[in-house]
Amino acid sequence: MKLLGLALLAAAEAVALRYAVIESPIRHVLVQMPLLVLAGVLLVWNRQIRHDLAVPLLFVALTVFLFWMLPRNVDWALTLPGETVKYLSLPLMLGVPLRLSWPWLGPILRGFLKANALSMLGVLGFLYTHAPIRICNSYLLSAQQDLGTAFLYLGAGLACLWAIPILFGNSCSRRSNSTGYASCGV
Amino acid sequence: MLVRVLPSVLVASIGLGTLWHATDRGQAFTSEAARRLDAVRAPRPVPALQLEDMSSQLVPLLPQGDEVVLVEFIYTVCGDICQVAAADFATIRDQLEVRGVPVRMISVSFDPERDTPEQMAIYGEAHEADGNMWTVARPMSEDLPLLLELFDVTVIPDEWGGFQHNAAIHVIDGDGRFSAVFDTDAIDAVLAHLEERNS
Repeated sequence: MKLLGLALLAAAEAVALRYAVIESPIRHVLVQMPLLVLAGVLLVWNRQIRHDLAVPLLFVALTVFLFWMLPRNVDWALTLPGETVKYLSLPLMLGVPLRLSWPWLGPILRGFLKANALSMLGVLGFLYTHAPIRICNSYLLSAQQDLGTAFLYLGAGLACLWAIPILFGNSCSRRSNSTGYASCGV
Repeated sequence: MLVRVLPSVLVASIGLGTLWHATDRGQAFTSEAARRLDAVRAPRPVPALQLEDMSSQLVPLLPQGDEVVLVEFIYTVCGDICQVAAADFATIRDQLEVRGVPVRMISVSFDPERDTPEQMAIYGEAHEADGNMWTVARPMSEDLPLLLELFDVTVIPDEWGGFQHNAAIHVIDGDGRFSAVFDTDAIDAVLAHLEERNS
């Protein structure tokens, strides 16, 4: 119940940013979109699924993730149809399947996904800070460069967040049970 | 084994298919690339609008006779990209004049409130648009949204009271359809495109 409330709160927060995202791609891509994903994650935080569904659900999540990474879809997300698809697909087809499949993913696959996320943030950060043209027609060049810088900061932050448990002991792996289902979150 | 793998393969295939479709078969990752591709694939009919040029005369947007119309969108106090684009537009005009290709070129203002005929004349003079082959013109204010939508031009106000917009050369072919988009500096590509149509 509490989690449902939090999920609704995150979704409401995202919808409240409706007009703020028109001017700022940072608010759009790095605040509103993650909030929508978070809403989906919270929605099914304590749900468990069968092991054999984990990989198909992961592929659903990856597809939706890649879809919204395309610059043209960030432009599209500012139109009414695009906005609707964004509000529905990010929680239900990215947050939910990611949360459901995550406990079943082994440490190597998790590490692979995290490493890819970091390198992708680095590449995007470089692209958005250095591209001489506007990648999204809806945003100013200066805003695009700010977004690139934000990608780099985020990448650095996540690298620290993910490296520290590996370097200084990870209690999570000891707690996963014999079925491969990890009982602790991230 | 097959039963275990099949759902994943199925989902992955649908996923890749979706992304393939969403990028126009891996060709368009940005909305600018997408609109260019779409104009070539499905040319859009242009309505018979009248524009007001720098000498306050009404000029048709649509090609007359067997000519082709090249359109670029500008605002006259533009500090950077329009200036460069205008220089390229002048080069194209000179080349086409030499080759005798029947073309009319219009720099269309998307800021008709501020870009009065006087203001447009100053811009025209600065870039040697004399009104013969190349003129500067503004739409009626009520036609502007329709024009921007038709050509998929996004105009957003910048930090200094100006605008940023997707600058490009838009081709309206002899049948009155918007059927190609080129970079403003793709002079050779524009010339080749027009000569191909002409021959």
